[in-house]
Amino acid sequence: MGKRMRNTDGKILLEVRGLKAAVAGVEILKGIELAVRAGEVHAIMGPNGSGKSTLAKVLAGHPAYATTAGEVRFEGADLFALAPEERARAGIFLGFQYPVEVPGVTNAAFLRLAYNTVQAARGADELDPLEFDDFVRERMKLLDMDPAFLGRSVNEGFSGGEKKRNEILQMAILEPRLALLDETDSGLDIDALRVVAGGVNKMRAADRAIVLVTHYQRLLNYIEPDFVHVIAGGRIVRTGDKSLALELERRGYDWLLEGAKAAGKPVAA
Amino acid sequence: MSSTALQNLIEQPYKHGFVTEIEADVAPRGLSEDTIRLISQKKDEPEWLLEFRLKAFRHWLTMAEPRWPNVRYPEIDFQAISYYSAPKPKKKLASMDEVDPELRRTFEKLGVPLHEQKALAGVAVDVIFDSVSVTTTYKKRLAEAGVIFCSISEAVRDHPELVRRYLGSVVPHGDNFYAALNSAVFTDGSFCFIPKGVRCPMELSTYFRINTQESGQFERTLIVAEEGAHVSYLEGCTAPQFDTNQLHAAVVELVALDDAEIKYSTVQNWYAGDKDGKGGIYNFVTKRGLCKGRNSKISWTQVETGSAITWKYPSCVLLGENSIGEFYSVALTNHHQQADTGTKMIHVGRNTRSRIISKGISAGQSNNSYRGLVKIGPKAAGARNFSQCDSMLIGDACGAHTFPYIQVQNDSAIVEHEATTSKIGEDQLFYFASRGIATEDAVSMIINGFVKEVFTQLPMEFAVEATKLLGLKLEGSVG
Repeated sequence: MGKRMRNTDGKILLEVRGLKAAVAGVEILKGIELAVRAGEVHAIMGPNGSGKSTLAKVLAGHPAYATTAGEVRFEGADLFALAPEERARAGIFLGFQYPVEVPGVTNAAFLRLAYNTVQAARGADELDPLEFDDFVRERMKLLDMDPAFLGRSVNEGFSGGEKKRNEILQMAILEPRLALLDETDSGLDIDALRVVAGGVNKMRAADRAIVLVTHYQRLLNYIEPDFVHVIAGGRIVRTGDKSLALELERRGYDWLLEGAKAAGKPVAA
Repeated sequence: MSSTALQNLIEQPYKHGFVTEIEADVAPRGLSEDTIRLISQKKDEPEWLLEFRLKAFRHWLTMAEPRWPNVRYPEIDFQAISYYSAPKPKKKLASMDEVDPELRRTFEKLGVPLHEQKALAGVAVDVIFDSVSVTTTYKKRLAEAGVIFCSISEAVRDHPELVRRYLGSVVPHGDNFYAALNSAVFTDGSFCFIPKGVRCPMELSTYFRINTQESGQFERTLIVAEEGAHVSYLEGCTAPQFDTNQLHAAVVELVALDDAEIKYSTVQNWYAGDKDGKGGIYNFVTKRGLCKGRNSKISWTQVETGSAITWKYPSCVLLGENSIGEFYSVALTNHHQQADTGTKMIHVGRNTRSRIISKGISAGQSNNSYRGLVKIGPKAAGARNFSQCDSMLIGDACGAHTFPYIQVQNDSAIVEHEATTSKIGEDQLFYFASRGIATEDAVSMIINGFVKEVFTQLPMEFAVEATKLLGLKLEGSVG
């Protein structure tokens, strides 16, 4: 587990201990240890197939993944006792690598239902369609989005960049405590990356943590992380600060993987 | 979201399952020329109508049940069915107050809008309870406009020349096995006539309800819109829960003359059998509209959610130049329901246009087939058709099939066909869940989105009802 690199004295939001998880009988996560405090930004990196995305999906409750060992506490409570929609209402948000298309359902209707559901769970006011329209248009400005997209079906026919913007917009609307962003940078050109990263940065707050799952260091040029973790073979093998990402950019992952294999356990920073 | 939860979601029992205890006047089982003479005699019919029936019956005897639909069911014993059933009226009814209180309570349970408030909503309701029309409301207002809206029995009595001219003119007595059977034994139905230049002042609505166990239902509907006339007709169906299969073979004929427009909307929720596939209604219906005049238009909109078996192809024969045929359909099947439904667009005249939007939803172990024919005749120069057939699957045990037939005999025609298949799957539901939205709400939202294009074609009030109906069928306790 990584020691604190920066003085973020927020309370612990997420605590992952010895987490193992499998999909279709194959164990992907083999003992993840992670602590995330309010106000922090963590980047999770690692080679293909290492378990980065799996970790995000398991935390959000994807039904295809079975947790086989370990525990996760979110704000002190057992996360696995909650259904996926309850986790979302409790303040966990998953930004999808491949957002699902929902033909026939307008973005406006979908976003409002999501917003009102989460608001109701928090005991906060729900918005009628007109109020919500004002609210959502305001948030869309953060991401430089065309209001016309409200009338389009959810993600249907969206470009890669539009889908990712839509994910971040949903985050901006739902205002989660913990945002897990799964390869939000994949499929984005440099301009779109800047816009999306700008949207994420505006969401940084003292009471919110953000976990970025990413392949590339370039995202971290725009969203500066407090911690960088490297997952390999289903474990976090290295934790450092943003300089670790730069080092990975230079040296690749192999040196870490060899080191981890030799030691047979996570490598301390 | 597990498949069990999905299963629970779609296993809502039929809410309208109750039997009204009313003395019924039921004919003995079996079918022969004598049965037909009995029906005709009970209804005090003129000789020509008896002849029409007998001709149809003799033709029917030479025909075989169609075997091509993609549905499976045990052999029907047509001699085991009673072909006539009528609630025994205590006396002739002069007003609503005289309607059997038991019957009125049934209508109230179903929400059949017979009472005065309905006038405010602008709907005249011709209620058919089993085979005999009990009462017809708002006749006066319609009469002032010159619109005839009554049971077909009344029409035979009061407007024999109109019925005789148009009955069987769109669906001939020997058209198909079930249409022939219907022509032989139909007991009642609705008749609607909109004279030249009249726009019907209200939406016409008929509620059908099958009540007597094992009584075959053979409704006959005839709607005629003269030159420049407009009418919107609504048909809604619910039925009580029974174990024995009930045969229903209706015939609906529409005739639109020059510049006339007929919009026919159906919401069908007959008993579909229990979740093991036991019971339920066999719905073998022939619906056809004839765009006889130039610039005429016939539009079918159907929401099919009930019946154990649905065999139904509301069609348009586009005879008049520039005439338009439309078909908008949502067919939902669940448990062991089987539906083989679609449309036929027969382009005969020049510059005729048709549009087909079909949305099939399959859940449980059900089977849902779209079967459509687009036929462009040799003289249909400039004809155009657009077809869109979308299927949605819920769960892994159901089936969706599309059988589009296209026959083009004129080079200048343009025919387009598009089809998609989608599935409410784990990933879609997880996406909603990760935004805090429960499975039930997600399914409801996805389904409503899927059928939107069709539902916008329904009259407002019906659209609300239909949305509730789909909700009823697909929402429920999430496991």
